Amino acid sequence: MAAVQVSEAEKVYILHGIRDDLRVDGRGCEDYRHMEIETDVVSNTDGSAKVTLGHTAVLVGIKAEIGKPRPMVPDEGYLEFFVDCSANATPEFEGRGGEELGTELSNTLYKVFNNKHSVDLNSLCISAGEHCWVLYVDVLLLQCDGNLYDAISVAIKAALFNTKIPRVHISADDEGGKEIELSDDPYDCMRLNVENVPCIVTLCKVGHRHVVDATLQEKACSVASLIISVTHKGMVTCTRKVGGGSLDPESIFEMTEAGKRVGKALHAPLMKLLQQEESLGKKHQKVGFLG
Amino acid sequence: MAADMRLPTIRKPVSLTASAFDRKDLVVPGDIITSDTGFMRGHGTYVDEEKLTASVAGEVQRVDKLICVRPLKTRFNGEVGDVVVGRITEVQQKRWKVETNSRLDSVLLLSAVNLPGGELRRRSAEDELTMREYLQEGDLISAEVQSVFSDGALSLHTRSLKYGKLGQGVLVQLSPSLIKRQKTHFHNLPCGASIILGNNGFVWLYPTPEQQEEEAGGFYTSLEPVSLSDREVISRLRNCLLALAAHKVLLYDTSVLYCYESSVHHQVKDILKPEVMEEIVMLTQQKLLEQEG
Repeated sequence: MAAVQVSEAEKVYILHGIRDDLRVDGRGCEDYRHMEIETDVVSNTDGSAKVTLGHTAVLVGIKAEIGKPRPMVPDEGYLEFFVDCSANATPEFEGRGGEELGTELSNTLYKVFNNKHSVDLNSLCISAGEHCWVLYVDVLLLQCDGNLYDAISVAIKAALFNTKIPRVHISADDEGGKEIELSDDPYDCMRLNVENVPCIVTLCKVGHRHVVDATLQEKACSVASLIISVTHKGMVTCTRKVGGGSLDPESIFEMTEAGKRVGKALHAPLMKLLQQEESLGKKHQKVGFLG
Repeated sequence: MAADMRLPTIRKPVSLTASAFDRKDLVVPGDIITSDTGFMRGHGTYVDEEKLTASVAGEVQRVDKLICVRPLKTRFNGEVGDVVVGRITEVQQKRWKVETNSRLDSVLLLSAVNLPGGELRRRSAEDELTMREYLQEGDLISAEVQSVFSDGALSLHTRSLKYGKLGQGVLVQLSPSLIKRQKTHFHNLPCGASIILGNNGFVWLYPTPEQQEEEAGGFYTSLEPVSLSDREVISRLRNCLLALAAHKVLLYDTSVLYCYESSVHHQVKDILKPEVMEEIVMLTQQKLLEQEG
């Protein structure tokens, strides 16, 4: 991630502020920055979303394609993640510079979604053992200002909510094999149930306390962070520790509890906003990228 | 604790004065300034088929026969006497490289700093070896531009008690075009914090020191915890600066103070919400207009 240089005195200021629950921009330790979410911004995808969290901007596009299911689970579809760190965000990402961060982010996303409950994979099956829907989730980082995991997970949830998978039906063709027909009506599509899709909360340990939604300056003062993905019921699907510093077990427990609490509180306003946007329909003017 | 999520909307910058379209001296790249060949072309212009055309977006300035275009958004172009706030990026032999948001890193020579104790002597080899003890990579300093090298790099100096290494506080990075040129850039605001408005767009907010320290050079930084009330003032000022910058209001001590006063009713973290920003900036612009008129 792009790093900023901070002087020793600035670090001390930030540390003492977090200890007193008053961060540099006036937030408390568990407050998020201003977030803006918009779906259906990319027209040639089956589902897309753009999320702006402070100055971090993330764009997610989902394309559904027909593929062969995995041999171990013939009656399920699957998701493929790819994270592209664009050079728009910072010059360090030019060429192959962003590859390392991109692979780290996509590996974490695989772990987060690697369970039966997040997305109903059975609904992605077309015919067991032969055809299933594969959802290619592409994440593009447009601007980098800290807290990438949270922004990406909110964008993925919004994009999955927005995804419209065309309905197919299978008929037998002349030679006895199966033929797949897509329905002609462009509005005849299947939507995914995103109730159980988890949201990721990143908690950075600064001094003796932890902060949610750290800016790049606060990240420079922290030695270790905990990434925890939480569903709307408070169930944890994945935890991961990043950073070179050490965390003692008591603080891990404390951070996990805080992460569960914060993560659970993210889902309700997000679903409400997505449903509100959906109800505005086609007449609502999309801001897109020119806002 | 709840996250503030909403749908994005297109926001226009607040402007109480006449709309920008009325000003006739704003140009964009490619605009023809004049077809008269009697003028000399300055920075930001070029001659295309005997017509003087602008190459940057900004306002046209004419001095007798010289026409130049001053860009609205640009890197910092320093002049002698400007006060800057910069961050040390490298420690080299006998000098430090300072990042000041200009095209090239500025230079702070070892001979241009005050040694602790206020001694005046030739810098020895030992001074060179202990440079890192004075200023390290990442440290923030306030300095003045002493001269400009031929390639455009600035040469800084901290040869006064008011310049030197900066202690605890908050740095806000803005565009240099938003900072108004004034007699002094160091202000002790009545709301309880101090501010350094660097000409290069870097603004430094820090708690007002209780008594003016007499140690020369300013290399000693206090690491004592800052009180909660001071912190709140500084955070509020920081958010106000960002609000003013988002609506392209010229920054100087009066405008910052008016913005602070207009924002007192809101919580510090709410100031960054778009509608609150608009409200505060509108009130500030009204107050500034009243003060002028």
